Amino acid sequence: MAALGTPLRTFRGLLRELRHANGRASRPYRDTPAYQHIVAAFRANRVTSEKLCRAQQELHFQAATYLCLLRSVRQHEALHQEYHGRGERSPEEVAGLVGFRLPQQPGGKG
Amino acid sequence: MWRRCRRLLCGRCPLPRPPPAADSTASLRSGGSRAYAPPGERKRFYQNVSISQGEGGFEINLDHRKLKTPQAKLFTVPSEALAIAVATEWDSQKDTIKFYTMHLTTLCNTALDNPTQRSKMQLIRAAVKFLETDTICYRVEEPPALAELQRNEWDPIVAWAEERYNVAIGSSTSILGPNIPASTKDTFVSHLASYNMWALQGIEYIITQLKSLILSMGVIDRHITVEKAVLLSRLEEEYQIQRWGNVEWAHDYDLCELRARAAAGTLFVHLCSESSTVKHKLLQD
Repeated sequence: MAALGTPLRTFRGLLRELRHANGRASRPYRDTPAYQHIVAAFRANRVTSEKLCRAQQELHFQAATYLCLLRSVRQHEALHQEYHGRGERSPEEVAGLVGFRLPQQPGGKG
Repeated sequence: MWRRCRRLLCGRCPLPRPPPAADSTASLRSGGSRAYAPPGERKRFYQNVSISQGEGGFEINLDHRKLKTPQAKLFTVPSEALAIAVATEWDSQKDTIKFYTMHLTTLCNTALDNPTQRSKMQLIRAAVKFLETDTICYRVEEPPALAELQRNEWDPIVAWAEERYNVAIGSSTSILGPNIPASTKDTFVSHLASYNMWALQGIEYIITQLKSLILSMGVIDRHITVEKAVLLSRLEEEYQIQRWGNVEWAHDYDLCELRARAAAGTLFVHLCSESSTVKHKLLQD
């Protein structure tokens, strides 16, 4: 498996992403089921007598995939907010781009 | 006049209504009790997200209401880890619910509802059909740097797939693409038939995102990571970015979105097709 990194790195990255993904923070991120599940899964598969444990590799790959998911969703959202989040310009702004002003029509159009 | 009727419907409805089910469609029904959100965005209306186990599998609870699919079926997933991941997605929404970031929820909804109503065989055939237009089988002849990059990066993956599945795939520079023998397609059909319906929805999703069957099999068989698969899928774009420069609001945006979708699909497939058991071995010293 190419470039998976160490399990420790994946684990720390996951915890960091979970901390960022805590939305309304009604409870600290350590109480969320995701945190507890990940910690329990990593702890359970830590000790193994075989050098090339298939379950360990499977879990590590899954954890790395989940880390990629959380990280890229967060980055995508940040990019969206920064570049695409402002929506369309209003007619006043569009007119202002070329130096015009919309007329004041208190009676409505037409 | 109809504004008064809307106010009547909004806050105090005279007719008895069933308690609103927390469905995941972005519809603004009773807008009187919550502030205005532009159409297409729903405010986060729940405080806590939790998981419970029902008869069909694991369910998601938003406060005390059960999550439902867009077709109003009860949202049940077979795997606990998948349920936890979906719950985390719902929990990570801040003020508005952004459905376009919730890829796992979307995948589960598709698997539960099957809105296009495709059978297992249709899914498999659609997936294998992609092999004829597989990205990594289409090579360019010029510029020579790109042709060499494609050879160096894509050839090992094709070789791995050929060896793993004992098939012949090959690559081609013609516009018609490689000539895939029928035995190759049959091998893939029988391999994909071993996955269940949910996993197949996920596999087809990954193939559509990565535009390649071989890369999808590589990532499902844990041969390459998701980041690497996305890089290989976007090889020509990466080459052009290195040549001409990166545009953050387009290139990085697309990269992050593709990574998110591919990772969601892969995680979905793995969580739907696994059964994990923990074998405790005694330490003998």
